[in-house]
Amino acid sequence: MTDQAMDRTAAADKPAKPKGPLISRQSIFTRVTHWVWAIALFFLLLSGLQVWNAHPALYIGQESGFEYNNAILRIGAENTPDGPRGFTTIFGHKFDTTGVLGMSELRGRPNYVGFPSWATIPSFRDLATGRVVHFFFAWVLVGALAVWLVASLANRHLWRDIILKPGDLRELPGDILDHITFRFSHGRSYTPLQKLAYFTVLVVLFPLIILTGLTMSPGMDAAWPWLVDVFGGRQTARTIHFIVMVLLVLFFVVHIVMVVLAGPINELRSMITGYYRASPGTEPDSKDKSNG
Amino acid sequence: MAKLIYNRRRLLGLGAAGAGSLLLGACDQFDFLGQRNHPVRDFLERANALTYAAQRALVGEQALAREFSESEIRQGQRPNGSTDPRETVEEYRQLVEGNFAAYRLRITGLVETPKEYSLAELQNMPSRTQITRHDCVEGWSCIAKWTGVPLGRLLDEAKVKPQAKFVLYRCYDVMGGGLSAPEPYYETHDLIDAYHPQTICAYGLNGQALPVANGAPIRVRNERALGYKQPKYVHTIEVVDGFSHVGLGQGGYWEDHGYDWYGGI
Repeated sequence: MTDQAMDRTAAADKPAKPKGPLISRQSIFTRVTHWVWAIALFFLLLSGLQVWNAHPALYIGQESGFEYNNAILRIGAENTPDGPRGFTTIFGHKFDTTGVLGMSELRGRPNYVGFPSWATIPSFRDLATGRVVHFFFAWVLVGALAVWLVASLANRHLWRDIILKPGDLRELPGDILDHITFRFSHGRSYTPLQKLAYFTVLVVLFPLIILTGLTMSPGMDAAWPWLVDVFGGRQTARTIHFIVMVLLVLFFVVHIVMVVLAGPINELRSMITGYYRASPGTEPDSKDKSNG
Repeated sequence: MAKLIYNRRRLLGLGAAGAGSLLLGACDQFDFLGQRNHPVRDFLERANALTYAAQRALVGEQALAREFSESEIRQGQRPNGSTDPRETVEEYRQLVEGNFAAYRLRITGLVETPKEYSLAELQNMPSRTQITRHDCVEGWSCIAKWTGVPLGRLLDEAKVKPQAKFVLYRCYDVMGGGLSAPEPYYETHDLIDAYHPQTICAYGLNGQALPVANGAPIRVRNERALGYKQPKYVHTIEVVDGFSHVGLGQGGYWEDHGYDWYGGI
């Protein structure tokens, strides 16, 4: 493809708009930790569902009620007059989830598991391996978060691009409107909604899923007894761990949709090479490419 | 420049296609991780050594697991794993029939004076009672009251030799069977866990004699670890400097089946 052909593609995306400068947007720390997290979260999710399948229920409190009911979610299979079916019970409401949750198919045969085999690593039931994979990538997640945090404090990425400031809050309603109408601006920093999303994931959800994970460790509960108190019991912590997982999956879906809508080539380029085609009118910077 | 961008684009495209096929192709692509001794699995397992080292550094040797109040015992202790070795182990069946009068807990291995205790002798020793949360590796928890003799006291009476590194528990219950060879349950702890004040040879559960389903006559409690680190039906406690000669050499029945040895997470 030639430059000209490429320009035609770009022109097809945004007709009648001049090109903005190619700016240096993402530091090496942001780019590397982004992809390390992408890989780690993929394995953490699928191994986590494997681990969860060993006891597919969530409770509120210190313990799991076997002689009383403190479960808020339970997935299982039952025999019915129409044969075995998969069920999911949430807050006492029971749903038939045959095919996906509780009962699914594995190589043409019924498979009685919480999450289906295509959503777990390994695909067959193997709690031991699920734990090995989960704990390895948990260390990767924590390590990358530590690197990102130190780097982002040092290069002011955290303060500049992640933490919402009064000005961002003033711009928030307009930014929401822009997103609803698919008008994306490509600036040097993030828009208020982006800041809010990344702040939530990096500063709220990541620490939360790490700490609730640690609360499930009987060893860590002896070291840091406050963990159990903060989260209201080991089983509540396990429930929060699960809910944060769901929130991270939702973030992933929205994140991918936004990347596609905002221009996948440009967005991917910025997260691989660091360079980003900003909107016209963006002020150039000494670190940007001279040939913008 | 044009060529560079072209290459980058191709790279991006290939990357996206690769990631897509990874997701769509389902996760049986990672089933090889279930193979014991696969080099990639071995590599991932190194994180377990890191977890063990980190927790040993972070968790004080004497730090106690949380103890609960009587009012927090809301149900019986849920039995799991082996729940009735009488069906398969004749020696154990006879012990239960004799109300454990013939039972002896042996302390052997790297000790100056090997010891043997009857259940009555153990019950007459100073005891410790603790209401703790039992965490199964499957994910559930159950609060119960355990009564027993601190293991550290028994080890002190037998006088552990300086070269000792681990304590090995041999149990009556036999796992496997059927097509696979029967494997007696066994477990190991390091000396930090063995001497921990809450590590007890429990003979009482919720104010009653320990039932068969929960490991009668003796279940070792290790309150800072998961359930599989708390062997039931224990008959011999052997002080050792290594455990590669026992079972498949991983330090426990479940460890031989791929579970991490530390078991504190």
